[in-house]
Amino acid sequence: MLALDPMLDGGVLWTPFLIVVLKVLVIFVVGLVATMLMVWFERKVIAGMQNRIGPNKAGPFGILQTLADGIKLFFKEDLLPRRSDRFVFALAPFLSFVPAFLSFAIIPLGGDFRDGNNGIVTWFGVQTRVQLADPHIGVLFALAVSSIAVYGIMLAGWSSGSKYPLLGSVRASAQMVSYEAALGLSLASVILVSGTMSTSGIVSAQSSLTDWHVVATGVVPFIIFMIAATAELNRPPFDLVEAEQELVGGFNTEYSSIRFALFYLAEFMNTVTMSAMIVTLFFGGPQPISINGVTLDIPFIPNGLEGTVWLLAKVSVFLYIYVWFRASLPRLRYDQLMDLGWKLLIPASLGWFILLAAQRLARNEGWNIFVTTAGAVVVLGACYALMQAAFAVSGKTREREGAQF
Amino acid sequence: MQLIVFVLASAMMLVGALGVVTRRNPVHAALSLVLTLFGVAVHFVALEAYFLAAVQIIVYAGAIVVLFLFVIMLLGVDKAEDLQTEPLIAQRWLAGVAGLGLLGLLVIAVSRGSELLTTRAEGLDTSVAGATGDANIQQLARSVFGDYVVAFELTSVLLVVAVVGTVMLARRRVPGEM
Repeated sequence: MLALDPMLDGGVLWTPFLIVVLKVLVIFVVGLVATMLMVWFERKVIAGMQNRIGPNKAGPFGILQTLADGIKLFFKEDLLPRRSDRFVFALAPFLSFVPAFLSFAIIPLGGDFRDGNNGIVTWFGVQTRVQLADPHIGVLFALAVSSIAVYGIMLAGWSSGSKYPLLGSVRASAQMVSYEAALGLSLASVILVSGTMSTSGIVSAQSSLTDWHVVATGVVPFIIFMIAATAELNRPPFDLVEAEQELVGGFNTEYSSIRFALFYLAEFMNTVTMSAMIVTLFFGGPQPISINGVTLDIPFIPNGLEGTVWLLAKVSVFLYIYVWFRASLPRLRYDQLMDLGWKLLIPASLGWFILLAAQRLARNEGWNIFVTTAGAVVVLGACYALMQAAFAVSGKTREREGAQF
Repeated sequence: MQLIVFVLASAMMLVGALGVVTRRNPVHAALSLVLTLFGVAVHFVALEAYFLAAVQIIVYAGAIVVLFLFVIMLLGVDKAEDLQTEPLIAQRWLAGVAGLGLLGLLVIAVSRGSELLTTRAEGLDTSVAGATGDANIQQLARSVFGDYVVAFELTSVLLVVAVVGTVMLARRRVPGEM
């Protein structure tokens, strides 16, 4: 053991410290490589869906296309618009890039969670998890990071000093703030069922297929989370932020060279992170598929490593689904986007959460679960009727006063 | 280590706070406010109040300042303000007096309560904290939804009233109706 004290804190030894440094490095490299592959994967799959060939020149199957694009972007001229706000203009790409990496820190990337193991592995004689950090507030950290990501897009549009980027960023901030509510509320159902906020705890709670939160919370929170996550990512069909037919290129119109590359990277990085988040929250993360105690085991691979394989497989499925969305769904109109978010997703996620909470309470207090559920459904039905009445009234008022707005 | 974190976070907060007051561009002022809020979050983390730190960022930095920025962008008031105009008479003078008074009160409160804070710590119930990992959140939930549930619900009612009031004020009146 070296005599120096790495954290000036006493008690923290070199081995755990170096393991943390190693994890940071691995996550950074894996994140970049995953993003590179994701860009290629998206272009290739979309090309397949549209009967084209797609990138096929650089490397086998064109897999190095992103690398070539990246090198090209590095050597392009970095333009600074004259009416831009210099400091904020330079800051914005990093505000968008850094949060994309940060949320990777709390995702369990592997480890043995089966048979009541808690995913702790031993590296060089130190017990640790295959994730950079496991804070008790886990998923709240992800929410906080995604709320910071808004700044990158918002400030990029504002600091460009030009009209279309500003429009794009105003749209973006309204959209992301609106859908964050739905995202958080559907997440609350997962926290309610698993009883913990830490990501490793959430994964541990999903040991068999029926415990996977997609089943345990009913499918509704998953669907809401999926839609809200797509809107958070500004991916099609919610990509009004960069609607190229209306806004030239949206918030990043004025950006070029490496700054543009950072936005581009952040966008795809966020897609990968969000898919990993969905897998962690609803599909058991590194847990294998297991029904009634029969576990689908991959032979010859140790259980700790097998988690990583499972995670990769599950994440790829969601990445494919995101590309599929992009290839098949037309973009929403702005009022449709806001209606969907505020009038459907937020009330639905809140109602479902109340229903789950009522069932949980009934189980804890020993009440009849069917009666409680029926009561909750009646109450929620009344709420729904009230809401519909409010919509009808406000719709009529808007029609009458339409000329005034 | 604790001292270094404390000094850095406090420096962040002070720089941010000064920036809010001195920057002429409203967007820069709002960004300085974000810096201050992050400093507060770092302090919370250093005090092991992780939940508060996360909520601080989600609510203040992620929602409220975003809303400020949104309004600034939407109304296009992002030009430097003219500092010569004074909307209310004697506003600055009164603000100075109020600020000094607040500072005095704070100094008195801290100097009189320092003994209480450092030695006896009566006000804090530390029985649950540190028991398990989620103790922080559980303790908070128990006091918000258990001990102080009435105050909590009343606050939410107050917020709803504020929202309804804002909508009523902002809506244009139709002549001949209402």
